[in-house]
Amino acid sequence: MISVTGRELTTGQWLLRSFRMDGMLALLIVMLLGVGLLVLFSASGEDMAALERQLLRIGVGFLGLLLVARVPISVLKAWSPWLFLLGLGLLLGVMFAGDVGKGARRWLDLGLLRFQPSEIMKLAMPLTVAWYLSLRSGPPRFVDLIVVGVLIVVPVLLIMRQPDLGTALLVGASGILVLLLAGLSWRWIAGMVVALAAAIPVLWTQMYDYQRQRVLTLLNPESDPLGAGYHIIQSKIAIGSGGLYGKGWLNGTQSQLQFLPERSTDFVFAVYAEEFGFMGILFLLLLYFLIVGRGLWIAAMAQDRFSRLVAGSISLTFAVYMVVNIGMVSGLLPVVGVPLPLVSYGGTSLVTLMLGFGILMAVQSQQRLVNR
Amino acid sequence: MLIDRPDSYNEEARDQQRFSVRALLSVLILLALIAMLVVRMFTLQVGAHEHFITLSENNRLRIEPIPPTRGLIFDRNGILLAENRPSYQLEITVEQAGDLDPLLERLSGMVALTPSEIDRFRSLVRQRRPFQPVSLKSGLDDETVARIAVARHELPGVEIEARPVRYYPHGEDFAHVVGYVGRINEQDLQRLDTRNYAGTSHTGKTGVERHYEDLLHGITGHRQVEVNAQGRVIRELAVTPPVPGQDLFLGIDLELQLAARDALADLDGAVVAMDPSTGEVLALVSKPGFDPNPFVQGISRGDFAALQADPHNPLFNRALSGQYPPGSTLKPVVALAGLEEGVTTAERRMFATGYYQLPGHERRYRDWRRGGHGWVDMNRAIAVSSDVYFYDLGHKLGIDRIAPMLGAFGVGSRVGIDATGERSGILPSREWKRSAQNLPWFPGETLITAIGQGYMLTTPMQLADITSTLANRGQRVQPRLLRAIRQTGEADSVPQPVRFLEPVQASEAHWEAIHQALIAAVNERHGTAWGSVGSTSPGYVVAGKTGTSQVFSLGPDQEYKQSELDRRLWDHALFIGYAPADDPQIAVAVLVEHGGSGGRVAAPIAHRVMDHHLQSRGLLATVEGDL
Repeated sequence: MISVTGRELTTGQWLLRSFRMDGMLALLIVMLLGVGLLVLFSASGEDMAALERQLLRIGVGFLGLLLVARVPISVLKAWSPWLFLLGLGLLLGVMFAGDVGKGARRWLDLGLLRFQPSEIMKLAMPLTVAWYLSLRSGPPRFVDLIVVGVLIVVPVLLIMRQPDLGTALLVGASGILVLLLAGLSWRWIAGMVVALAAAIPVLWTQMYDYQRQRVLTLLNPESDPLGAGYHIIQSKIAIGSGGLYGKGWLNGTQSQLQFLPERSTDFVFAVYAEEFGFMGILFLLLLYFLIVGRGLWIAAMAQDRFSRLVAGSISLTFAVYMVVNIGMVSGLLPVVGVPLPLVSYGGTSLVTLMLGFGILMAVQSQQRLVNR
Repeated sequence: MLIDRPDSYNEEARDQQRFSVRALLSVLILLALIAMLVVRMFTLQVGAHEHFITLSENNRLRIEPIPPTRGLIFDRNGILLAENRPSYQLEITVEQAGDLDPLLERLSGMVALTPSEIDRFRSLVRQRRPFQPVSLKSGLDDETVARIAVARHELPGVEIEARPVRYYPHGEDFAHVVGYVGRINEQDLQRLDTRNYAGTSHTGKTGVERHYEDLLHGITGHRQVEVNAQGRVIRELAVTPPVPGQDLFLGIDLELQLAARDALADLDGAVVAMDPSTGEVLALVSKPGFDPNPFVQGISRGDFAALQADPHNPLFNRALSGQYPPGSTLKPVVALAGLEEGVTTAERRMFATGYYQLPGHERRYRDWRRGGHGWVDMNRAIAVSSDVYFYDLGHKLGIDRIAPMLGAFGVGSRVGIDATGERSGILPSREWKRSAQNLPWFPGETLITAIGQGYMLTTPMQLADITSTLANRGQRVQPRLLRAIRQTGEADSVPQPVRFLEPVQASEAHWEAIHQALIAAVNERHGTAWGSVGSTSPGYVVAGKTGTSQVFSLGPDQEYKQSELDRRLWDHALFIGYAPADDPQIAVAVLVEHGGSGGRVAAPIAHRVMDHHLQSRGLLATVEGDL
């Protein structure tokens, strides 16, 4: 027993506290990452090298998480607009000098590091919108809506043109969520919904052919079973053939025999569904729900507006990630290229997510200190 | 205004409260979304599970057929007539080969490829399963194989495979008996069980190959394999081995077949020899023959056109499909009808002049011999082949009493030989004429029917069958090519049972009279086959009957002069006979197209066939031993 502030703490509690960790959230994240590694091992065809690379990313992510958790909220807040400007600048840089990968201009090569500036935006967006709104008080007003609208639309359009529909969606959502959580009046919300509905035809004309194709494919995947519909058809077969209890770990034929495309990345959920079945999915959804719930709890307990809004937005964006990914893999939503958070193979998204959880940890630990 | 302005703490608390309400709402929305996902998953995984598990199995599993080995065909002594030989085949796995056009371009520099081969290849490519090799050319010679083998590293997806291909070692001599196999075509698919032929490329097209397709083919085996999305086989899950086809032993004796072929020499015609006691066909020759081997892999258009254009028509199976007027060879049957109907007796004599006239008719029906044969009884009438005697007998009998006897011997119906292409011939009768020509029967037609001319047509196969019935004194035996069946892998073959048919009813005395007349035709000085057979002292007694059938009709006052006629208008020469007469071992029918005289041309051929058979059965001392 170590006494720090007069209360008796167990060693574990002391450790968590000194690392600025929320024990519950950390446990849930570790469990989800564990599930992810398990599925990845199977989806990659028992490729230990891929597993090691993913473990390395998780390590980097955790390191980032620990670091971010230590940053005082006030500092985070002060940096937010600058981070946003940096992100915006890099996005413009990508537009003119980006590397092309898989037909899209998303990457920026900084010599040592190749990364997607849109990932910065995933964090900069909620931070900046929260920063702006915390300068104001009360529910957002019309002026705020205009300012925030500009803050959201500019980077989202830039990302859409890369093109990267999935990230654009997530970045946009993270900004809008801040607005909603800040108490945007229902009138405005209704207005926004109408405006969005009106924007759909405009968006449609702005989309690339392949993006339109994905939407059309969603509506009728069987129209092109070997082409655009193939992903969805094979993914539905994988999910459906999993049944109640699944085919068992490493026994999913759809994934092991490579019928399922993108099985370690965007479609990893189908691998999980095939091998662990409906019961496995219930468990996974519960895990996601608990993480989001814990995040919102941390947000609700926060002592200042900025922390609340940032934490709330990060948690709910995480939920959007999950719902959009599972929705698209199961054929409910168009294939927009959103990974299954913390499970899909792939570096940048994982690290960004971990940094986001770092912010949640920071909010949680500093709220606790304030409470003291 | 003061009251409305919150202090900072109050604003903070309100904000927190507002936030909490929104957060709670978000949680509710999230729960609703999760519920939606759960419902979706339940629909897919529980509701439509059966559907998707089927789709997933269909994705994953493939049944690959394993074609069975085709049964072999032997002659009665175990000499191979149809075998499976490995043939080098050039095969391309398209998935590995990449672009086909440059590849075919390259290959055509190494292998002779015809446009039709390339077309066939392209159509097979369209029908193939993923990763299934497609045959481009078969029957490669060693040099070509070597040339491709050297360049193989530059030819991805190109393989040389040795595959069993049907081969007929005695080619031309058995083409009309054994037939041949060929690639399965659309028509074949109509009648074949496509499941059992899933892996089979060839099927029997003609002859025994076609008739006994079911026995020869065997049962296709299956290999259940797991494949990946690219169609590559990952592993084998289960194997049902194929059951090879059964080996067939024909009653044909290769040596006798060749002897019959040699006896026909370069004449066009047919020889059918049967064992009258079993119905086994001992030899079945149709000349000219053709080499069936090119048909196996697909004969070229040019070669096929040449075969079709050949004036000797080698593709025509004269023994089974050829329908000829039987001529005098069926006089014994008409005679038997006369005896059985009581219209005449064996002893009744008549003076046979050079022609016959129906009472009250002007038309003269000529005898083949100017001036006639003088006084003849039935024995002599058959031996000298008096036409006038049979005109008279035919007139007395009438067509309604001749036709049933001919029908009882099988004229007008297929003998039911176990090969393809057999035709039924024509049994002339009032009913036949009414249905075929919608005309009444005229009395004169009875006369020419009685000498085997007119409408009546028989195949050499039928003649052999009729000969066998004569030899058996009425007992009909089902003629057949198949003697025994052997399941592959087993040592012993199972003989096929002899099938007896409805016998021809006649009194023993009448059979004896006919039998003696047939002996006389060969062995008496006045017999039509005396000069060519009887006078050569064969060492055993031959019973037989010559026949010379008209190819065209002469006018009443015209005379047949062979020397003045185009060969294609020459008479067909026929002979039927059995030997030894008192214990028939072989019944033979010979037809020589446009051969002229049955006695001079056809009878010696039958004689040589009989000689060969009786010698080989040890029933006759060999010629060498005799000397």
